[in-house]
Amino acid sequence: MRTGFVIAIIISCLSAKAAVIPVGLQERVTRIKDAVALAKPGDTLLIRPGVYREGNIILQKSLVILGESYPVLDGENQYEIFTIHADGVVIQGLKFINTGVASINDLAAIKLLESSRVRILQNKFDNTFFGIYLANSNHVWIEENQLQAEAEAEHQIGNGIHLWKCDHITIHNNRVEGHRDGIYFEFVTSSLITHNHSEGNMRYGLHFMFSHKNEYRNNTFKDNGAGVAVMYTREVTMVNNSFIHNWGPSAYGLLLKDIRDSFITGNSFAENSVGIFMEGSSRNKIQHNRFNQNGYALKLQASCDDNEIIQNNFQQNTFDLVTNGSLVLNKIEANYWDRYEGYDLNKDKTGDVPYRPISMYGTIVERMPQAILLWRSFLVLLLDRAEKAIPVLTPENLIDPLPAMRPYDFN
Amino acid sequence: MTRIIKYVFYDILRTRFIIFYTAFLLVCTFAFFQLDGDFGKVVLSLMNVVLMAVPLVCVVFSTIHFFNSYEFIELMLAQPVNRRVIFLSEYIAVASSLCLAYVVGVGFPFIIYGAWQPVSTLLITGIFLTLVFVSLAFFSSVLTRDKAKAIGIALLFWFYFSLIYDGILLWVIYTFSDYPLEKLTVTLIAFNPVDLARIIMLLQLDIAALMGYTGAFYKDFFGSSLGIVFSISLLMLWVLWPVIFSMRIFSKKDL
Repeated sequence: MRTGFVIAIIISCLSAKAAVIPVGLQERVTRIKDAVALAKPGDTLLIRPGVYREGNIILQKSLVILGESYPVLDGENQYEIFTIHADGVVIQGLKFINTGVASINDLAAIKLLESSRVRILQNKFDNTFFGIYLANSNHVWIEENQLQAEAEAEHQIGNGIHLWKCDHITIHNNRVEGHRDGIYFEFVTSSLITHNHSEGNMRYGLHFMFSHKNEYRNNTFKDNGAGVAVMYTREVTMVNNSFIHNWGPSAYGLLLKDIRDSFITGNSFAENSVGIFMEGSSRNKIQHNRFNQNGYALKLQASCDDNEIIQNNFQQNTFDLVTNGSLVLNKIEANYWDRYEGYDLNKDKTGDVPYRPISMYGTIVERMPQAILLWRSFLVLLLDRAEKAIPVLTPENLIDPLPAMRPYDFN
Repeated sequence: MTRIIKYVFYDILRTRFIIFYTAFLLVCTFAFFQLDGDFGKVVLSLMNVVLMAVPLVCVVFSTIHFFNSYEFIELMLAQPVNRRVIFLSEYIAVASSLCLAYVVGVGFPFIIYGAWQPVSTLLITGIFLTLVFVSLAFFSSVLTRDKAKAIGIALLFWFYFSLIYDGILLWVIYTFSDYPLEKLTVTLIAFNPVDLARIIMLLQLDIAALMGYTGAFYKDFFGSSLGIVFSISLLMLWVLWPVIFSMRIFSKKDL
């Protein structure tokens, strides 16, 4: 009797085949909303090419929505396009344009509320307020989407990929341009962010707060208004990311504020006004990174402690390191500094004389920004030399005791 | 005039100093390329040479040359030639030979290494600094009859513009750092040709650092086309006024 029941269930499962419902002008179903109403959980909606102006589409069934050569879903500058409250949804190959802009509601092209096991793949977003918005969701894959917006001011635009209170999210190979924050996390944990490209966003390329135990790998953050800012977070891993060309009075390649127990390894910081700015951060390990042609490679505020800055390459930065106090609670060791002028008599590939990475003039400029005007003058050269011989202004204990003689090869 | 220039030019070549100067610059530039393959760093190292060594050499050489050719000048003055023509020919010959030495010495290695782009600013600022300091040297030469005194004055010019002036400027910035100093510092910079040249170079090399709040102001000012016209015309002014003044003194002077 029981085995018969089990067999009956298995047979019924096999026979309950998910239906494919084509949607399009030439099809029986012309509107996505009708198709959603018609479909049973597990069905697939195949959206044919065309432009669909249907306002807000609310999805509360686990459906697969596939676009055929990028059908356009137009929000008519008024609506949110997809609001999803269902598990196991797949959205693939659609193009979203012109969502509404609002100050009270966060209108998005795809908004996910309290859902899990959702995939958002290979979609295009053009001129959306928020691109992909996840709230209180978990186990979501966001892959190979392209988000683009052209806003003129921060208040006119939302974030590209916005996550609030989520966990186990994978964000892979997306491209975000021209939003407020490229990728924004708040209370997001145990997530993986890889191979994304965030460029030309108004505020931050990546912005997260209270988002513990996340891993960021091989992402590129380029030309963003204020670079990348991460705050109030612990146990973050940042590996092989590139922070490039973030220029401006308050632009940082990477701003670390109250970050603890994190690894920052193998990243490249190039041509930023400030490579890394660290404030109130503790027990982080900054290792094997490249700092090239930054204004300030590293601004290490005196409120940081127990950080390890080891085996990095500092090349062609205007200033390698500045700090705002004389207290030294961090370990700076075995880095390569292109300004190092010491020697290596015992041939162990580390210099025999400690290196003082803080230039005196860097300290002066930190206090009086106007003084940058005299940088690279003969007077400044003399002052720096004198300071290196007898430190007065710069913290005496801030030294790299074992500077590397040759740059590390990280490739 | 061209004939006098030609004679002075031959005279300069005969002293062989200009050849040593060219060789020195060549060796320097090649050495920097050997030490570091990166063009940015080569330009950086050369910048120190341009800002320090080039003015010094120009000042010393021009003054010495002026007094060494004093007899030649006296001889020329005995001929029916305008004093201004003689003076200008001297100036043009000295300045052009030093400029040529500089362009060959610095520019040639860059062409060989195929880095034409970064060197153009370096060449332009170097040429301007050469012209400015030759002018200043001529000015100090016509001020007195005594060779040692003239060299002293010329060296003082060099010392003042490359060191003392910056010291004063730093003091001003330090003392009045609570006030908005952006416009004042830009004005003060205009009174020093070395600083002007340095800032033109700075805009090429340290853009990232200049993007701080204050730096952005300087960058917007000096980096704009108006700012470039401003700095170039100021440098022109620095070339012209000593020449004009010294020409006036020279044409009235009892030699």
